[in-house]
Amino acid sequence: MENKSCCGSDNSDPKAKVIKVKPKVKVPKVKVPNIEGVSSAEKNRSCCGGSQKCSIDPITQYDKKDHWIIGEVKTVSGIVPRVSTQLVISDIFGAWKARWGINRMNYKINPGIYAVGNPDKDSPVLVTANYKLTFDTLRRELSDLNAWILVLDTKGINVWCAAGKGTFGTKELVSRIGKTRLHDIATHRTLILPQLGAPGVSAHEVEKQTGFKVIYGPVRAADIKEFINSGMKVTGEMRTVKFNLIDRLVLTPMELVGTFKVSLIIFGILFLLNLVTANPFGIYDFYGYGGALITGCVITPVLLPWIPGRAFAWKGWLLGLIWAAVINVLSGWTVSPTFSFIRGLGYLLVLPCISAFYAMNFTGSSTYTSFSGVLKEMKIAVPVIAVSIIIGTILILLNGFLGI
Amino acid sequence: MKNRYLKNVVTLKLDSNKCTGCGRCIEVCPHKVFELQNRKLRIINKDGCMECGACAKNCPFAAIEVKPGVGCAYAIIMGWLTGSEPSCDCSGSSNSNGCC
Repeated sequence: MENKSCCGSDNSDPKAKVIKVKPKVKVPKVKVPNIEGVSSAEKNRSCCGGSQKCSIDPITQYDKKDHWIIGEVKTVSGIVPRVSTQLVISDIFGAWKARWGINRMNYKINPGIYAVGNPDKDSPVLVTANYKLTFDTLRRELSDLNAWILVLDTKGINVWCAAGKGTFGTKELVSRIGKTRLHDIATHRTLILPQLGAPGVSAHEVEKQTGFKVIYGPVRAADIKEFINSGMKVTGEMRTVKFNLIDRLVLTPMELVGTFKVSLIIFGILFLLNLVTANPFGIYDFYGYGGALITGCVITPVLLPWIPGRAFAWKGWLLGLIWAAVINVLSGWTVSPTFSFIRGLGYLLVLPCISAFYAMNFTGSSTYTSFSGVLKEMKIAVPVIAVSIIIGTILILLNGFLGI
Repeated sequence: MKNRYLKNVVTLKLDSNKCTGCGRCIEVCPHKVFELQNRKLRIINKDGCMECGACAKNCPFAAIEVKPGVGCAYAIIMGWLTGSEPSCDCSGSSNSNGCC
């Protein structure tokens, strides 16, 4: 085959060809000569065709010490790391950490091509993001299969969010196909993309530019095996995004983590105020606030479909109101003469709004809110929340300072 | 129980004249918004649309129009504060608030 630019010379010095690609996880210990002819790779479909010299070069940068890499697959284009389909403790711990926001923005792997099992030119190519949580979810589902995984550089963001931002997009896909010389590795010219990548990828554009036909697979990685075994048929069920109890629950830790900084500031202010107030803030304020927070960040998301109404802020406010009423009664409102009416009213104005605000923030984690809808909701909710919190805070402060 | 969001807000539009009934949009829609009827597309669940833009992006005939955006309050607040287009701040180094 004709070979114009890539690997054309017999130059055995790999350094001469190294093109710097930022290592995404850690710099591989093995000195690897990198992808050659990146810029021309798209046009150059038959790079190294047959030449044994090129095929020993790794296409994807990887660290052999990574426990999830269990070998190598030789292709005409170069060496491809083979990945395990078993998750081990460190993968599960890593996922747990990411859920709690620990090192979340750096939980990623190198983009490139990976192998599962013993794939050949006819094996399916699955495209995914380089967020390790996403990658792990996919490889776990591929046991007993022979397949290629093409990992796009989404800066460590999951497929859906990255598609919304455009990083999981037509441009990155087209260039990644070129960089990995996929034309030689998979001659069938078909790519399987996760359906939730569709907001970023224009299937007909990809086909026009690369010759690869895009098939959108199921939404969930768990359906991949059934999809492949049934001859790439997707059922309506596999196409639909769900948002069940577990889906919602796993997202709530991140919601709570997001409130830590603000909460510390609030506690700091209350502590300072306590130095001068006649009626100091105490344990009721602490768990009143904490409860409102948990109501907005955890309980509302979990109970989402069962709370009446549609707007998230409304749902949060409703549950927050119940919480505020409970807190007031527990504090001895109406019974205890020491519990001021003003303070009770203040709680009723402030606490439900804290819940409402955090519930409204959950729109971003949900799978069914639209931009137009959230905007409409916010135009009403944000001013109401602000006014209510300001008036409530004034009442509570009046009680604190003047004891009324 | 089904999750439902606000009614009559989405910006989704369909130009039936341009539609060839290829069904690509049905393939990419995560909320079963479309249906083919006599080889023509129909919107059957407009309020189910979350404006992800997948249908418009994957329509080879530009028959679908939707203003895509992130349905994320945090992103909109940040957009208001910074005066920029609301976007999911997932990739930034700042602590993103659970928007993905």
